[in-house]
Amino acid sequence: MSAEPVNSQQHSMPEAWVRIRGLRYTRGEQVIFDGVDMDIPRGRLTAIMGPSGTGKTTLLRLIGGQLHADAGTVEVAGQNVAALRSKALYRLRKRMGMLFQNGALLTDLSVFDNVAFPLREHTRLPELMIRDLVLMKLHAVGLRGARELMPAQLSGGMARRVALARAIALDPEMVLFDEPFTGQDPISLGVLVSLLRSLTDALGLTSVVVSHDVQESLSIADYVYVISAGRVVEHGAPEALQQSTSPWVQQFLQGQSDGPVPFHYPAPDYRTDLLADSP
Amino acid sequence: MMGLLQRLGATTLGITERIGRGHLFLLYVLGGFPSLLPRFGLVIKQIYASGVLSLLIIAVSGLFVGMVLALQGYNTLVDFGATESLGVVVALSLVRELGPVMGALLFAGRAGSALTAEIGLMKATEQLSAMEMMAVNPLHRVVAPRLLGGIIAMPLLAAIFSAVGIIGGYLVAVGLLGVDEGAFWSQMQAKVDLFDDVASGVIKSVVFGFVVTWIALFEGYDAVPTSEGVSRATTRTVVHASLAVLGLNFILTALMFGDD
Amino acid sequence: MMQSRSVQIWVGLFVIAGMAALLMLSIKVSNIRAFSNEQGYELNANFENIGGLKVRSPVTMAGVVVGRVSKIGFDSEIYEAVVTLNIDPRYDNLPEDTSASIFTSGLLGEQYIGLEAGGAENYLHDGDRIQLTQSAIVLEKLIGQFLVSQADK
Ligand SMILES: Nc1ncnc2c1ncn2[C@@H]1O[C@H](COP(=O)(O)OP(=O)(O)O)[C@@H](O)[C@H]1O
Ligand SMILES: [Mg+2]
Repeated sequence: MSAEPVNSQQHSMPEAWVRIRGLRYTRGEQVIFDGVDMDIPRGRLTAIMGPSGTGKTTLLRLIGGQLHADAGTVEVAGQNVAALRSKALYRLRKRMGMLFQNGALLTDLSVFDNVAFPLREHTRLPELMIRDLVLMKLHAVGLRGARELMPAQLSGGMARRVALARAIALDPEMVLFDEPFTGQDPISLGVLVSLLRSLTDALGLTSVVVSHDVQESLSIADYVYVISAGRVVEHGAPEALQQSTSPWVQQFLQGQSDGPVPFHYPAPDYRTDLLADSP
Repeated sequence: MMGLLQRLGATTLGITERIGRGHLFLLYVLGGFPSLLPRFGLVIKQIYASGVLSLLIIAVSGLFVGMVLALQGYNTLVDFGATESLGVVVALSLVRELGPVMGALLFAGRAGSALTAEIGLMKATEQLSAMEMMAVNPLHRVVAPRLLGGIIAMPLLAAIFSAVGIIGGYLVAVGLLGVDEGAFWSQMQAKVDLFDDVASGVIKSVVFGFVVTWIALFEGYDAVPTSEGVSRATTRTVVHASLAVLGLNFILTALMFGDD
Repeated sequence: MMQSRSVQIWVGLFVIAGMAALLMLSIKVSNIRAFSNEQGYELNANFENIGGLKVRSPVTMAGVVVGRVSKIGFDSEIYEAVVTLNIDPRYDNLPEDTSASIFTSGLLGEQYIGLEAGGAENYLHDGDRIQLTQSAIVLEKLIGQFLVSQADK
């Protein structure tokens, strides 16, 4: 496995906002990460790609401090997340936003109240100012007109945009995106892709996009990590990644059904299986 | 044999562990109570969800229970020529036992199951996780107001159950069975004690409100975050909360009415 | 915001209904006046046997509740029970020779003290003792006497 970046752009990269070293995480018998090293640069859009079930969501939860590593460290803004006491962890979390896979909007609150939620919880701002801030965030995702709707009335793409507005409500330094592209129609997909890119640039966000959608991720990312089977198999700038010689990476990028990652779950030989007498 | 023993041991350990987690959960939730005072609006919303929405079923059940108490009590008392005591029988049964207990059982079925489903779904749809990532403690923001709302709503519901039940008993006794109205009320007043009976009933219902809401919230919070897990948790809430109410009622009754 | 307004109104109505129910239970259903103990005056009475009499048992006169038992003590010199009665101040004209008996309401009902007025001119005052008393009828004693009298025949 290549642990070296495909091109050596490293010296030109800004400092790392998230620094992961020797990360090992297991769930019972299952080893999800085994020796992962990662640097997520400040103010850039980093994509972490890998097939479903490799632990991309788990990785985000490790960064957010919701899960703790079995070994190794996860540092965010220079602080070891696992070692933080809850007060300090909450202080750190105010500096990051997270966009959950399905939006995770609070179902009993309207769109407006969802976006206002972090502001009302963490600030003592007057309601009039909260209103302005919420409308600004909703405007940024193009849903200022939907403020009265309840989450159940939103389409999947709209829900994710509202969740995005909520994630940036407190003007965080970093936003974690969990599978932002999955299950979107082409139009909302295009909207989301350009939104992610423009927000990252306009707000100077450190964005982490976790995804298995190759084209969209490569098109917007500044830097890409590819993980599989608990390890980083490749990382580098998107253009460099296309040149990767790893057959695994090529299979993943091209979306071929068979290759180093077999299409079939391990099974006895097809013919013998079909011809077997016993049920 | 060894297998059976092992299963028994594992089950006991599992139950003990769950009870332990339930108490820890409670401790964290109670830690959120002080922060509720400046934000009482959150609690009011939960009093609405637990109390106002349970009002109809409580009032209707109370009315019918009171009416049937009067009918049955009359059939027994008429043999002793003591039908003027009907008011006492109806009032004491309701105020001491049926108001708090039936009220709590209905509360477990109506509000408790709804709470479990709500919290369980919030967990399954990652709303609780999302709150944590927004640096908001869901135990304080979501669970604590629901617990306090339940503790406040339950005694009011039980009192309404008893009061409506006594009115139902009055309608049947005086209106239908021809019991003397003056005797119905005056006997009741002479025998029902404000502290021993009414206040004891209120204390019972506060305890039941607390326990039912606690169980419901913990089951939701501890549910396997899938639709099947949530539906199982909802069933467990109704079963466990009902058993807890009946068992606690026995203990409380023995403590309160046992030695006078 | 409209929604939260109607929620508040509903909760307000709910709390009022609950309080009204509690008020009904304390005033209409139970006897809240029985608790103004301090306002009444106290009389003492000695009994050989009080049976199942308890503190807060009713004290009646002609069937009307005029007070409650406020204290039950034991006089270890004469081996008798000392019962303190708290009488409603409205009934301040009990004659000095009023008698007190312990009755049972119904065959197995609870016990209470029944007062019967005498004909004396002077009234009882706070702290006075009722001289004429009749103890509780203890069912087991009665049955025992009955059996003994049967055996004598
Ligand atoms: N709550 C859980 N209980 C048991 N296993 C889990 C749980 N959550 C995730 N996993 C397992 O951890 C692995 C990684 O999950 P996840 O991080 O969600 O993957 P991804 O987001 O890349 O699809 C999966 O194999 C999944 O089966
Ligand atoms: Mg995932």
